[in-house]
Amino acid sequence: MTGKVTNVLMCGVGGQGVILASDILAEAALRAGFDVKKSEVHGMSQRGGSVVTHVRFGAAVHSPLIRKGEADILVAFELVEALRYLDSLSSQAVAVVDDVKRVPTTVSSGPFTYPADPAGLLKERVPTTLIDCSAVAKALGSVRMANTVLLGALSKKVDIPGSVWREAISQKVPRGTEEANMRAFEEGRRLAGGA
Amino acid sequence: MRKLLSGNEAIAEALYEAGVKVAAGYPGTPSSEILLNLVAHGEVHSEWCPNEKVALEVAFGASVAGRRSVAVMKHVGLNVAADPFFTFAYVGVTGGCVVITADDPGMHSSQNEQDNRHYARAAKVPMLEPTDSQEAHDLMLRAYDISEAFDTPVLYRTTTRIAHSKTPVELGSRTEHEKAVEHQRAKYVMVPGNAKARHKLIEERLPKLRGLSNELNTVEWRGRDVGIIADGVAYQYAREVFPDASTLKLVMSHPLPDARIRELAAAVKQLYVVEELDPFIEEQVRAMGISCVGKDKLPLLGELSPEVVAKSLLGTDKSRKVEGLPELPPRPPVLCPGCPHRGIFLVLAKRDIFVYGDIGCYTLSSAPPISAMDTCLCMGASIGGAHGMDMALGEERKGRVVGVIGDSTFIHSGITGLLNVVYNRGMSTIIVLDNRTTAMTGGQNHPGTGFTLMGEPTHRLDIEAIARALGVELVHHFDPYDLKATGEALDRAFAHKGPTVLITTRPCVLAPARITGDHVAVSDKRACKRCAACLKIGCPAISKVTPGTDGKKFDVVVSEDLCVGCDVCVQVCKFDAMRRSPP
Repeated sequence: MTGKVTNVLMCGVGGQGVILASDILAEAALRAGFDVKKSEVHGMSQRGGSVVTHVRFGAAVHSPLIRKGEADILVAFELVEALRYLDSLSSQAVAVVDDVKRVPTTVSSGPFTYPADPAGLLKERVPTTLIDCSAVAKALGSVRMANTVLLGALSKKVDIPGSVWREAISQKVPRGTEEANMRAFEEGRRLAGGA
Repeated sequence: MRKLLSGNEAIAEALYEAGVKVAAGYPGTPSSEILLNLVAHGEVHSEWCPNEKVALEVAFGASVAGRRSVAVMKHVGLNVAADPFFTFAYVGVTGGCVVITADDPGMHSSQNEQDNRHYARAAKVPMLEPTDSQEAHDLMLRAYDISEAFDTPVLYRTTTRIAHSKTPVELGSRTEHEKAVEHQRAKYVMVPGNAKARHKLIEERLPKLRGLSNELNTVEWRGRDVGIIADGVAYQYAREVFPDASTLKLVMSHPLPDARIRELAAAVKQLYVVEELDPFIEEQVRAMGISCVGKDKLPLLGELSPEVVAKSLLGTDKSRKVEGLPELPPRPPVLCPGCPHRGIFLVLAKRDIFVYGDIGCYTLSSAPPISAMDTCLCMGASIGGAHGMDMALGEERKGRVVGVIGDSTFIHSGITGLLNVVYNRGMSTIIVLDNRTTAMTGGQNHPGTGFTLMGEPTHRLDIEAIARALGVELVHHFDPYDLKATGEALDRAFAHKGPTVLITTRPCVLAPARITGDHVAVSDKRACKRCAACLKIGCPAISKVTPGTDGKKFDVVVSEDLCVGCDVCVQVCKFDAMRRSPP
């Protein structure tokens, strides 16, 4: 285990399962033997607002917040939310992103514009693995597992064994959905490429 | 085995291990999960109280009974509980007692970012502040020993980042602590003669507590170029930015450890005080004649973070420069699809009415596109405020002012305001949004739900009966999903010569009693005139897709996954283009 701390920033929209996904990552990191800190703010997150969580793991972690410019991996559950946190990323960072657009009410009934090609804007700025997780999850039985598909893709980018990931997922997902979530996780791993 | 726990979860486990018998509180972000986790341990009597003042009095009562107790609240809750808190400092404890204040720097979900460290100093009680979940656990156990050894309630302060961050924790097991019930009138009856004697004891206690602070707080010696004094999560940020600095971590931040501060200051070339919000530590350090860098560089506003500490104190910024991006649309929290609060505010927005609002999810209706709330001050202020405007505007007032308040907030501190309206011959129209839960904080029980925190069925407070008992003659229920009935309810209230209470009849869509709609709304693209009336109700289930079909600028699309079938948009559409789907 090296002294380097791995910083994963997860973001999305309230209700998408961002917090559960970050809980699973943090649990997997703990089971893999790392010191871990995870930070989130809830309270208003259920009401459709932007949600962001920080997960940091390594030999010893101090701050629960990732310093801006030091995030190694961006995990985004929505395209505009991915763009929102680009200033947090390090120069070597990569992104794992659900290829989905959620139009906020500030666009539907306000003066703002949703960018025409958010995926393009993202890919120009950071190496991005783009997966239509909602479609994949829907095909596997429930759109609610989109976050597990994304975790599968993330698992190919971090130093945590697949078996540890599976334990953490089994522990954290709702009872009765373990097997379906495992299929979603494997599919995410497959789509992210590699063995 | 180490478990990943939030600060709140770790505190709940420590309260259990400390042998706490009675726990009382009122929900408030970021404190709510403490009692929600503690209640899993049946040995601890845990309860939601109508407000924080009552909760603190309950904890006090259990302490007098020789049992360990806790009162849990968010920072502004301590304002409500301040009356018993200050005199509790005089009488002290029999069983150990801890008052938890969960502060919210950055106002993630609060109306202000007051710094409750000042309360410890003002009330002359010891204050503890953890820097992660393990310390939150360990310090809570210490807090009970301190409370009993020094005969004082202990103020235990967390902030949102401590309360809601998860870090590894080793847990222990429960020990019981019980003392006999005794009549100790000179200690517990605060008439002036007794209180004068107790005040003397408090002043004598402070230097002893300072001695303890010099033991509990220690300097972590590293390099001598930079010295840091920090409390709470600010300590972690300082460790991140100044890994080589000698650091005085203040887990006990009142009284301050004068000897440790002098020791560090004498040994380092440059001393920084790193703290969130007010210069609470810094001013006391300066008063000791020690020079330091603090709020001359660090912000007084908002949360700190590693980048804010680095930028302020070192002038370094590692943020990635992002250029060429279009302006991104903000995504603020909004009322849920099917939220029963939406209808009443849509109706109020159409009229020339001044709306005194209150604390709860419905405060979101102050923002666009609904924009139908004019004030939000504190719990219960809608009723006092509406009455004040009524009195200020005189005869012309009827029909121009309403107070809007949620059920839990009404029970917390609206009842006395309503009594005041009646007593002082007011004419106010008060709307109680009775969604039968404490929604904003995640859906906790309260006296109006018919269930306790421990899940036991109990008497369900009848808001109509309360209003009538206070002397309100016109009390009327209405369905907030029915926009016509909502408007008529308002007309009726405004026509009545006297105070009126209107009560909504729909539960929170997230509450256990959520509506089970057998249909959703669908937009007929051919009938739709693109007037955008449905978009202006601020429902996240309805969105605009550009470009639209047949050369139209946009289409309106309702998300089947999000719509719960409240039909408010169906009523708003003048062209019969928004319809109920077949069941």
